[in-house]
Amino acid sequence: MSDVTLDMRLGTKWRKPHFVKNPALRWGLIIGALVYLVLAVSSIEVNWARVSEGLIRGWNFIIAFASPDFTSRGTDIQEGLIESVIMTITSTIVGIAISIPIGLGAARNIAPLPIYMICRGIVALSRALNEIIVAILMVAIFGFGPLAGFITLSFATIGFLAKLMAEDIEDMDRVQAEAIRSTGSSWLQWIDYGVLPQVLPRLVGLSMYRLDINFRESAVLGLVGAGGIGATLNTAFDRYEFDTAAAILLIIIVTVMCLEYLSGIIRRKVQ
Amino acid sequence: MLQIEKLTKRYPTGDLALNAVDLEIPKGQVIALIGPSGAGKSTLIRCLNRLVEPTSGKVTLKGQDITALGARGLRAARRKMGMIFQEYALVERLTVMENVLSGRLGYVGFWRSLFRKYPQSDVDEAFRLLDRVGLLAMADKRADELSGGQRQRVGIARALIQNPDLLLVDEPTASLDPKTSRQIMRLICELCEERELAAIINIHDVALAKMFVQRVIGLKLGELQFDGKPDELTADVLTTIYGEEDWEATIEKVDDEDLDEAVV
Repeated sequence: MSDVTLDMRLGTKWRKPHFVKNPALRWGLIIGALVYLVLAVSSIEVNWARVSEGLIRGWNFIIAFASPDFTSRGTDIQEGLIESVIMTITSTIVGIAISIPIGLGAARNIAPLPIYMICRGIVALSRALNEIIVAILMVAIFGFGPLAGFITLSFATIGFLAKLMAEDIEDMDRVQAEAIRSTGSSWLQWIDYGVLPQVLPRLVGLSMYRLDINFRESAVLGLVGAGGIGATLNTAFDRYEFDTAAAILLIIIVTVMCLEYLSGIIRRKVQ
Repeated sequence: MLQIEKLTKRYPTGDLALNAVDLEIPKGQVIALIGPSGAGKSTLIRCLNRLVEPTSGKVTLKGQDITALGARGLRAARRKMGMIFQEYALVERLTVMENVLSGRLGYVGFWRSLFRKYPQSDVDEAFRLLDRVGLLAMADKRADELSGGQRQRVGIARALIQNPDLLLVDEPTASLDPKTSRQIMRLICELCEERELAAIINIHDVALAKMFVQRVIGLKLGELQFDGKPDELTADVLTTIYGEEDWEATIEKVDDEDLDEAVV
């Protein structure tokens, strides 16, 4: 095989080979990374006077969590919450429905190249645009309110679900799908029997995960006018009503935890 | 019944997997396809139902030129070729019954298959086949709950419910223990006899192949090296197919009775 004999190796030390073979390059990368880190940290400017002033405001906000005010803006909170929930559920369902065909098209092992390029393009576009930016655009088009938020979240869901579903399809067991094709099935039957059963559990898990992301996002989107509990939260901040803001944040936290718990149960059921 | 003429497959990488293979298989004949890994055995049977597209050559099943078919015709032709796989290739998250019924996909429409509303005759046949392979009680279990031997039986039922003329069998026993391997091989050969099915069985275990088949084909580097009766497989022949090795233990007559009697 090679000209290394056993005698040459016996008694010598053995070490795992380095990931970067060239020692100059290896040390260069390590030192370069450290130098960059030091320079980067030292370039951050901190205005300590501003911080000491801000700390008091921050403290007031945290104190407010001890006495959250659910009642004085009760109806606003309730309306915002209901709006958020509707926005979350509808956008997740619409997002899933659109993601499935796009996810199939974005998997290289089942889609022809032109369709693959188009679907990957849609996914890339959806992921490149941050929710806030899309929401600002949608608010500009559709005006303030939950419609803008619904469209934004549906669009964001497509990028998230279609990409992860496509990757799952690309990792699927090829032979199971091949076996279905060998029975003389049509393309749709092949997807239904050979592909979807393999990716469905993960798809359900991801959908549940996306549901709680969408709820959290709906709180942020309100800040730019796209409706939901975020709009109520924004108003509370604007009025320095930290106790109402704290109440809203607590509601968001509890809801997200409930969704998390629920999605855990559902994921375990479908595995 | 099956004619293969000058079948050639060259992969895009440039590897010549099959080089002008000629083969003819009459109705009801079970043949074993042997040869070292990479000899083109898997490629050969996948070229027959065009899971792998052959580069050139012709495959004719019951007078129909498979290589000339369009997409629709190919789907219809695939129904007549049941396939059995090495790692069983059951869809693991579907039930045993769904896996068996998936063999009927070429016969039923999309909506029926989507809602699992198969014709009663198909459902009855699926139960009959599951009973024949000894798994009737498992019908509603999920495929991934079964053992290797049981999964392969489901794979056999799925291939047979297609009502095929030909079985393409790819390493049916490679993932099974020796006893289960024999049972599976015996089951496949018995079913072929009952239904007068021709079969091509890719198999690594030469001794096992000799026990069950009527004819052996040897493939090496994509070319036919041997075509004859199991008894004609001598040490010399095995050396030309696989290379130099001590073949005495392999060609020795094995007493089939010493391992097991009954097929469950």
